Amino acid sequence: MKTARKLSKRNMALGNGGAILFALALLALWQVIVPLVGISELVLPTPYQIGRRLVVDHRILLHDSYYTLFEVLCGFGMAVGIGVPLALLIFYSKAIERVLYPLLIAFQTVPKVALAPLLVLWFGFGFMPKILISFLTAFFPIVIATVVGLEQLEEEMVRLLKSMGASERQTFWKLRLPTALPSVFGGLKVGIGLAVIGSIIGEYVASEQGLGYRQLTANAQFDSTMNFAALVMISILGVLTFYAIHFVERAFVRVR
Amino acid sequence: MQPTDATAADSGVEIDIQQVQKIYETRAGEEVRALECIDQHIAPGEFVSIVGPSGCGKSTLLAILAGLLEQDHGTVRINSQLVTRSHPRMAVVFQRDLLLKWRTVEDNILLPVEVKGWKISEYRPRARDLMKQVGLIDFARKYPDELSGGMRQRVAICRALVQQPGLLLMDEPFGALDALTREQMTIDLQRLWRRINNTVVFVTHSIDEAIFLSDRVLVMSPRPGKIDLDLKIDIPRPRRLAGRTSPQFLSYLESIRNTFERQGVLVEEDVS
Repeated sequence: MKTARKLSKRNMALGNGGAILFALALLALWQVIVPLVGISELVLPTPYQIGRRLVVDHRILLHDSYYTLFEVLCGFGMAVGIGVPLALLIFYSKAIERVLYPLLIAFQTVPKVALAPLLVLWFGFGFMPKILISFLTAFFPIVIATVVGLEQLEEEMVRLLKSMGASERQTFWKLRLPTALPSVFGGLKVGIGLAVIGSIIGEYVASEQGLGYRQLTANAQFDSTMNFAALVMISILGVLTFYAIHFVERAFVRVR
Repeated sequence: MQPTDATAADSGVEIDIQQVQKIYETRAGEEVRALECIDQHIAPGEFVSIVGPSGCGKSTLLAILAGLLEQDHGTVRINSQLVTRSHPRMAVVFQRDLLLKWRTVEDNILLPVEVKGWKISEYRPRARDLMKQVGLIDFARKYPDELSGGMRQRVAICRALVQQPGLLLMDEPFGALDALTREQMTIDLQRLWRRINNTVVFVTHSIDEAIFLSDRVLVMSPRPGKIDLDLKIDIPRPRRLAGRTSPQFLSYLESIRNTFERQGVLVEEDVS
């Protein structure tokens, strides 16, 4: 079993190494082909130009990144802070489930992005509309994943705890929550990605700062290089926040 | 209750079952009389097995004793105390081990101690002692998914015994194990029980297992679920697997088989 685990770890390292090599190859190809074909920097900058821009304008880009990160964290935090308790209510109360669940599912079919102009109208150009869009997009998968996770517990397990004289409170902490955690973290991972998308969309609609705003201004100035540089930062933001959740998950959920 | 050495005798409880009745209603609206007028007295320290075909109500009876299911009629008393919820001196072993996969073997065993709010540090030595007795001590830090089915069920048994239960209820505890593991578990259970000597109610499909382990075997028949045979097993302990071919053992086997045949649960091939 131990050797199997070591092997799989090595495979993963190899896999990661392979992915990096492949990405580097693609970048090299990109770098070579663009001047060969004669595409202008206005249309498609080379990786080198983008990289140089990232270094040169790192202060603006970092500033924008912090701004967007703040929106993402607030929106995501709200989604967790409201989504998880709501999932608990839905799980524990049949009445609430009957009233709220269909509404939630109906609401899910509304593209949250389409609410962005309204939210800007109501809340102005500041943080608020972006945080709300980020929250709304991230919220649904977190609620669903938590409810699904809580429902995974087998009734027999509950009987076992009951036979020990456990209260519902004890059953929750010792059984329901740990059983639900893998699913909850699945929801959080989907949610954090959506929170980034929500924030960027919010910035597209109306804003004065942030990576989405930076892309819009770059577009207006035909500065494709800057556009790409902002895109790189958005990707980094997405990856970092995803892995942050991943590491928290590792701390709480034992993975075989 | 002070924890002591795991092998210390812990007095068993007395069970008094009077006129217990349980009726289920099927989806079609039909009444199924799962239990009808069960009257039984189980003495402290007695090992009683309940055998019977599927659906004869034996698990229902066990669930009522465990305080996990309410009867429609009649009373159950443990040490003259009416059972309304799970008795604190009772522990259950289910057919499935029901281990928490995120807890180590040792932490799984200590789960009831945590739930009951007892001091873990006081019960750890007892848990370790039990693990030693069933050969789990080297696996204390392992997780359930690293163990075989037999070992997992041993953990489940330790988890019950760590509570020093005056009453141990076992619902087909070896039903999911292969035949060989099952025999070994039967021997191990006898050994453990002889040291603890508490009251045990053991539900099983296996007639052999029931005779081998019990002071008394109750044979149940289905619909309505009732006790057809109350058979005292007078074989000196410790019993050996080889003793299962002794005339005495075979005569017990015979009378239980006959009961099943009378019920129509066992039907011989017509050879005339």
